Amino acid sequence: MRAAFILLVGVCVVLSSWGRCISVGKGKAFSSIRSALSASHHGDTLLVHGGVYTEGNILVDKRVLLLGIGMPVLDGAYKYEVLTIKADGVVVRGFCVRRSGMASLDDPGGIKVMDANDVVIEENRLIDNFFGIYIQYGKHCIIRNNVLEAYGKEEQQIGNGIHCWKSDSLQIIHNSIQGHRDGIYFEFVSHAIIWRNLSCRNLRYGLHFMFSNDDAYVGNIFRENGAGVAVMYSRRVSMMNNCFEQNWGDAAYGLLLKEISDSHLQGNRFIDNTSGIWMEGTSRMQILDNLFKRNGWAMQVQASCMDNAILRNNFMANTFDIGTNGSVVLNTLLMNYWQRYEGYDLDRNGFGDIPFRPLTMFSAVIERKPAAMLLFRSFLVQLLDRSEKVFPSLTPENFIDTKPSMKPWPLW
Amino acid sequence: MAPLVNIVSLNKRFGRLQVLNDVSLQMTSGASIALIGPNGCGKTTLIKTILNMVLPDSGSIFFDGLDIKGAVSYRQFIGYMPQIGRYPDNMSVGQVLDTMRSLRAESAAVDDDLYHAFGMNHLLDKRMRTLSGGTRQKVSAVIAFMFRPRMLILDEPTAGLDPLSSALLQEKIAAERRMGRLVLITSHLLSELDEMVSEVILMHDGAVAFHRSSEHLKEEAGEERLSKAITAVLRRSQA
Amino acid sequence: MIRIIRFIVIDILRNRMVLAYAVLLAILSWTVFGTEDSAGKAAITILNVVLLVVPLVSLLFATIYVYNSAEFIELLISQPVRRGHIWISLFIGLSLCLMLAFLFATGIPLLLLADAATAWVLILTGCVISVIFVALAMLAAITSRDKAKGIGVSMLIWLYLALLFDGLVLFLLFQFGDYPIEKPIVLLSAFNPLDLARILNIMQMDASAMMGYTGAIFRNAFGDGPGLVLAFAVLMLWAALPFLWSLYIFKRRDL
Repeated sequence: MRAAFILLVGVCVVLSSWGRCISVGKGKAFSSIRSALSASHHGDTLLVHGGVYTEGNILVDKRVLLLGIGMPVLDGAYKYEVLTIKADGVVVRGFCVRRSGMASLDDPGGIKVMDANDVVIEENRLIDNFFGIYIQYGKHCIIRNNVLEAYGKEEQQIGNGIHCWKSDSLQIIHNSIQGHRDGIYFEFVSHAIIWRNLSCRNLRYGLHFMFSNDDAYVGNIFRENGAGVAVMYSRRVSMMNNCFEQNWGDAAYGLLLKEISDSHLQGNRFIDNTSGIWMEGTSRMQILDNLFKRNGWAMQVQASCMDNAILRNNFMANTFDIGTNGSVVLNTLLMNYWQRYEGYDLDRNGFGDIPFRPLTMFSAVIERKPAAMLLFRSFLVQLLDRSEKVFPSLTPENFIDTKPSMKPWPLW
Repeated sequence: MAPLVNIVSLNKRFGRLQVLNDVSLQMTSGASIALIGPNGCGKTTLIKTILNMVLPDSGSIFFDGLDIKGAVSYRQFIGYMPQIGRYPDNMSVGQVLDTMRSLRAESAAVDDDLYHAFGMNHLLDKRMRTLSGGTRQKVSAVIAFMFRPRMLILDEPTAGLDPLSSALLQEKIAAERRMGRLVLITSHLLSELDEMVSEVILMHDGAVAFHRSSEHLKEEAGEERLSKAITAVLRRSQA
Repeated sequence: MIRIIRFIVIDILRNRMVLAYAVLLAILSWTVFGTEDSAGKAAITILNVVLLVVPLVSLLFATIYVYNSAEFIELLISQPVRRGHIWISLFIGLSLCLMLAFLFATGIPLLLLADAATAWVLILTGCVISVIFVALAMLAAITSRDKAKGIGVSMLIWLYLALLFDGLVLFLLFQFGDYPIEKPIVLLSAFNPLDLARILNIMQMDASAMMGYTGAIFRNAFGDGPGLVLAFAVLMLWAALPFLWSLYIFKRRDL
């Protein structure tokens, strides 16, 4: 804390060469942030000291540095959008932003960035807001090390944690989001990176991603979200080293991929989901080095998917490894490790000599008649599955891994 | 003297077969009655109705004046020795005897004449499964006589017994009769009955053909021996 | 009555078939835990055993035992003992012994090696299944005097509940698949104790699979406390109704 303060003072000293340092707080030059803002100029630094500031909406329309010292609280009293940023290069750091207006038509947020570039929002706590951090028409903004917490009960009565709309080149790094509708929401956002965030127990999606091309999300954890993660209508998305865990429910997916193409999915972990990956209308995707463990379905590949390569993944202890509703499957399965595989490796090249059929008869039946789940693991079903293995009739003939790995791949 | 067992117009039908056809009988204490007749004449069924194993379609049975329908406790006064004695395979003779004893409330001293006569005390640890048919019959006999019942029902008691044991059993039956018990015996071996029997009931096609004292029968046939008298009567009736 | 139960229990526990059954179950359980990589998978394999072997053996053994006890039952009836008590004793004795064999053979490895909740549900299921199929066996045995026929009937019961019923359900699913049949299907599971028991256990050990689709309906039906109690109540009914029916027949039957 002390070091940080010294650093802050240092920063102020450096900045003071082109801007002033204005203190806000009890017994300081200004007692309200609004009055300090109206007195400030571009390049000024506002040092806001600890305390609760209930000032309605605070509009930041100058390029200022807003520094909270001792976690000052900005309270919206459930009526106002707390902080609205409309200037480039604003930095907001070290505030607790809470109780924004709820559910009104203009989507009130804890911190809203409108039409501004190079904004940095970091090390804040955003508690009990409708939207947490809302960015529209923002470029090169950085959202880093924030903690967002909301207490939504129903999807309609709560906004998203980090909501980004029509933006570009955002960096969303190491935030923790819970209790919102969607943890992170992307619509029309390109060239962004979502890195090392934790998004859990949000009502709908941990990450909701639409019409956003050329983005990457890496090393995030999505856990126990109402419906997992949805990535839809996008191209050239890199999804790497993320964890998708414990997304259970009727329409919950570890990862829902819809109309995605030319994307890259590597090194992710899908554990304890109703459906690890549900993909429809997905094409030209590389799905590599992922771990699928203890999912109801590891992957549900709809017939509309084509030219996807599913390589070197580990499929372990899933109820069903693959499900599909189609009969013609135009994807490549190769070199995956299937725990269910019962083949042998006579030539000792590390790969089984007979191909593996990941589709069981019962998974095909379930796809058509979900209520057949009643018979799951019954003797009859086991008999049918065995016979289907010998004489395939219901499952697509060509949906096989011709080179199944004998040993699990050493993934993290 | 009121009869111990009073059977009033008993009817029983197994499917199309009328096994008991209006059977009425009185049996008094102290009598030793032979129940005879060809196979399938209804002997065993009659016995089983007295024990409530077979439930009659109509008619009643009174034991000591009480209707036995739905009754339980009257059976403590009856000793029953079935035609085939089969017991749970894995129980020892001793356990079977103990269990039988435990089913009765009264703690009066049991009659262990047959128990000793048949040398049961040497068999107590033997499993029922290992016993011969004859030995099992002995166990059945011991159980039937054990509780000094007022009535003994013996279904082919001597079948399968060796001559010595058979003689022992016959002696015991005679002794019981002398003590005023009612004894009801079915047997195919008419010669055996000579010594033991005071009355004869002949059944035919589910009905009682006759019920007479053995003296009366012998007189009627002019025969010395009961077995011959019975055959003579049977021949006469068929002729 | 307790004396008769004790007597029957001692007799059955000395029976070689019961011993063989216990040993078979024990070997199966221990090898399953030894060979499967995870306790969860082992529990699923044991569930299959419980749903196939336990009913089959319970049915066969109880049917044969009842037939072999015919003469002994007669002897008991000649004693001052209520008919009903004899039949109830037989039921309790058989159930107790088969449950004991199952507990000893499968319960111990389950408790030692499987996840506690899974183990308990599975053990409870195995016991209830044993009782249910003893009841069904007694019903099969009482309906026919012919031993071969009785055994045939119990084999048919097993075949029907273990296999044919499910086939029928599958057929119905495809016949009436266009209608909203999820709820009736859940109801249908109440008509087969094996299906009901299986769903209960899978809800416990294979949660992820039951979370999707129809799983919601199962979860709503059986997932929470009251549902679980209801399901076990239905299973109890499966034991009680056949037994009471057989008792009704036994009380009125000529021996």
